[in-house]
Amino acid sequence: MRFDSLIDSVGRTPLVGLPRLSPSAEVRIWAKLEDRNPTGSIKDRPALWMIEQAEKDGLLSPGCTILEPTSGNTGISLAMSARLKGYRLICVMPENTSEERRQLLRMWGAEIISSPAAGGSNEAVRVAKGLAAENPDWIMLYQYGNPANWRSHYESTAPEILEDLPTITHFVAGLGTTGTLMGVGRYLREHVPGVRIVAAEPRYGELVYGLRNVDEGFIPELYDETVLTTRYSVTSADALARTRELLAAEGIFAGISTGCALHAALGMARKAVQAGERADIVFIVADGGWKYLSTGAYEGTLDEAEDRLEGQLWA
Amino acid sequence: MAIEVRIPTILRTYTDGAKAVDASGATLEELIGDLESRHPGLQARLVDAGKLRRFVNVYLNDEDVRFLGGLGTPVSDGDTVTVLPAVAGG
Repeated sequence: MRFDSLIDSVGRTPLVGLPRLSPSAEVRIWAKLEDRNPTGSIKDRPALWMIEQAEKDGLLSPGCTILEPTSGNTGISLAMSARLKGYRLICVMPENTSEERRQLLRMWGAEIISSPAAGGSNEAVRVAKGLAAENPDWIMLYQYGNPANWRSHYESTAPEILEDLPTITHFVAGLGTTGTLMGVGRYLREHVPGVRIVAAEPRYGELVYGLRNVDEGFIPELYDETVLTTRYSVTSADALARTRELLAAEGIFAGISTGCALHAALGMARKAVQAGERADIVFIVADGGWKYLSTGAYEGTLDEAEDRLEGQLWA
Repeated sequence: MAIEVRIPTILRTYTDGAKAVDASGATLEELIGDLESRHPGLQARLVDAGKLRRFVNVYLNDEDVRFLGGLGTPVSDGDTVTVLPAVAGG
């Protein structure tokens, strides 16, 4: 495959079968390897779409400053595009994100403003909104509410999946900004009658939920629950176990949020077997495991890894 | 046997600091009513005008009850109900 530049190589990722983790020839599980994007995560798609939409709208021109609240991958994707297109990037990132993500952001030239660990990404969003109000010339792309986020998946991720697997019955992905599920979900619902759209939501340690009260919660503006069939909460213990199982059984070295999605995908597979139905279940490998090595997720016992992950934002 | 209800940090002031409490009922609504009888004030933090509050997520055995039957979702002995505040990802 030949491309004019790195940016042009976003997408067209492989869809690979999981012959060992699939329960039978009738109930098959497939992994969409989004770690094969230029900066190593699915976020290259929404980052590129959001920047190009802002350029079309006349909001961005070379020399402009982009501001974004991000726990890591979106920031890394934006940093690569910003570097190539000549923008300054400031990321607001929770303190409790892995060191690798910070190093990668700095490498591509992004500036990092830390937000408090307690409250997780909710706090990063709050801090970024404050900075945006104080600096009206900065452009906040705002992945949680920017329609170009879900459109990137509607226009690229979803058509790729359907072309590779027209018999798809289930789509499973992690729930963060909700962009992947909204975009792929809407496209598949238009093209595949009865398709099931399943969200796997990471369940973090208590620190991340340490809000002052339940009225200060956060739901991304992009979220439309009618797109989903159902939504599961997956503990860090289950996510870790599945991340390791994916590596051991199928050789795929993925980040921890992938284990979260795989856990829900295996649950769907079990239900299909029990119901005697055929199923082709696609789940998203959002990124590789490289950025999580320092968390100790892949070493020692699962209990030890879970303890080390307590309080970390791993998706 | 009873149904275990896991309580998030911010609501433990209602449960004397307990991380999980037992309750009974045939539906989630009855379960929350039973909780209220022993932990007064909790119901109003979970339910408003007959619906789950916007920023409160409730999971029955890890599945979001909004996709099951909301407050009318049937529950039975041995189930686990988890209450969590809505948080951002990404």
